[in-house]
Amino acid sequence: MTPIYLSAAILLLANAGVGAWRIWHGPTSADRMVAAELITTTTVAVLLVLSALVEQPVLIDVALLFALLAAVAMANFVTRTWTLLREDSQARDEAGHD
Amino acid sequence: MTEWLSVASHVLVVAGIFFFLAGSLGLVRFTDVYGRLHALTKADNLGLGLLCTGLALQASGLAEAAKIMLVWVLVLVASGIGATLVASTAAACGIRPWLKRASAEREAAKRPAE
Amino acid sequence: MTALTVGFDLLLSAALLWLAWQALFLPLRFAAVVHFMAFNLLMALVWVRLEAPDVALAEAAIGAGVTGALLLTALGRLPGGGSRRAHPRRWHRYWRYLAIFSAFVSAVWLAWSVQHLPRPGLTTEIMAALDTTGVSHAVTAVLLNIRAIDTLLEVAVMLGAVMLVWSLGPALRPFAPATALPGLPALSRLLHPLFLLVPTYLLWRGAHAPGGAFPAGAVLGAGGILLLLADGVSWMQQPRYNLLLRLLLIAGLALFVVVGLGGLLLTGTFLAIPQAQAKAVILAVEVATALSIALMLMALYLYGEPGR
Repeated sequence: MTPIYLSAAILLLANAGVGAWRIWHGPTSADRMVAAELITTTTVAVLLVLSALVEQPVLIDVALLFALLAAVAMANFVTRTWTLLREDSQARDEAGHD
Repeated sequence: MTEWLSVASHVLVVAGIFFFLAGSLGLVRFTDVYGRLHALTKADNLGLGLLCTGLALQASGLAEAAKIMLVWVLVLVASGIGATLVASTAAACGIRPWLKRASAEREAAKRPAE
Repeated sequence: MTALTVGFDLLLSAALLWLAWQALFLPLRFAAVVHFMAFNLLMALVWVRLEAPDVALAEAAIGAGVTGALLLTALGRLPGGGSRRAHPRRWHRYWRYLAIFSAFVSAVWLAWSVQHLPRPGLTTEIMAALDTTGVSHAVTAVLLNIRAIDTLLEVAVMLGAVMLVWSLGPALRPFAPATALPGLPALSRLLHPLFLLVPTYLLWRGAHAPGGAFPAGAVLGAGGILLLLADGVSWMQQPRYNLLLRLLLIAGLALFVVVGLGGLLLTGTFLAIPQAQAKAVILAVEVATALSIALMLMALYLYGEPGR
């Protein structure tokens, strides 16, 4: 039974790796933010799987914190950093491909 | 009974992982930010829901199971509302959605020039 | 089984190295900040693998909420935004090699000193003294009773950071968002009960399990930042509440110092807590510290002195 959970954790981590690739690749700030959201979700999932694996219920609390705080970064992005998004789209229009 | 629970839990976890992988495929393959947002908020939240249900079946008590499901509900709220926030901000900032027709027209416009 | 565990650890450290590298050396500022946020997320997993759930909890509370919010907002105010290169390329190269070299040297030094750590550590001493501290969780006992001076100084350092940020200028006036966002007030309204419940839970747990004042304060502060974003706490910006805000900011530190002086009077040692009152005193200090940490994080988030 544990190998299933452990391989699940590895696959989820590989998922986070895909998210890291998207953060690196872009092209717009919104894409990077969405990919960070993916990494948050996968980290939550890995934490839950690990909590079942090593039987440490405190890991569920850590996952709970991540789930609660995921919204804060997103809200910051749309209210305080959206000017970057506008710059992105202008830059891409100038470059002539979107 | 316990064996059945354990089997059901494993099936749910594996199904959850499948949806996570599908969401990541969408993140890699889809062509614009709206499509990627769609892939992530739908597939990943379903995957996390299945995974949480699977793990809650194995939890040591009702309180722990409720906490695991609360994590899922929180992620649903955060990513559901977050997705609308990002999508409407991106639309207001002038990021145009990718359309199959528009891209075909662009191809057609390119071809004579080549 | 072991192969899978090793694979998980290797994948985790590879991802961490990649994210750290990109966060340091990517010329796009925004991309670097998002890499750093993702780095914080995976760092919590590393702490879990190192069997340090207390640190993982603190990392989750501070790294996922407050750091990301502070960095993203600071980035939105920088001239030139995120699309410009951070430094000229040539400097970059030069510092890169220097950084690799110093990271390598410090890694070797760390590995060497880990080998020479005193083996069982202080666990037996702390476990022996645990009954006299008033709490049953070793980390809380160390942080708030045995080495309370460290926690006191940490709170003082945070207050110093707030003073430094406020001395830089008046509070930032936020931009209007790009479009009407009805989701934002809905988000803060839905999450607010939990932003009050979770820190309370963490504080209550702190006495017997991982939790305590710092994660609780950080979560509460992140909730406060969400309120600030949705324009929910306009009193912080108004001049007539300025004195109240300042008094609340120093309340946690002041209570801590009073406890320390009380210990000095009663037992002759600064910050020594008499065993009979230890539980109540620790709880009071934890609540006050958590509240003032939350308020200090919100004050940091104003990026300047309010009401000036």
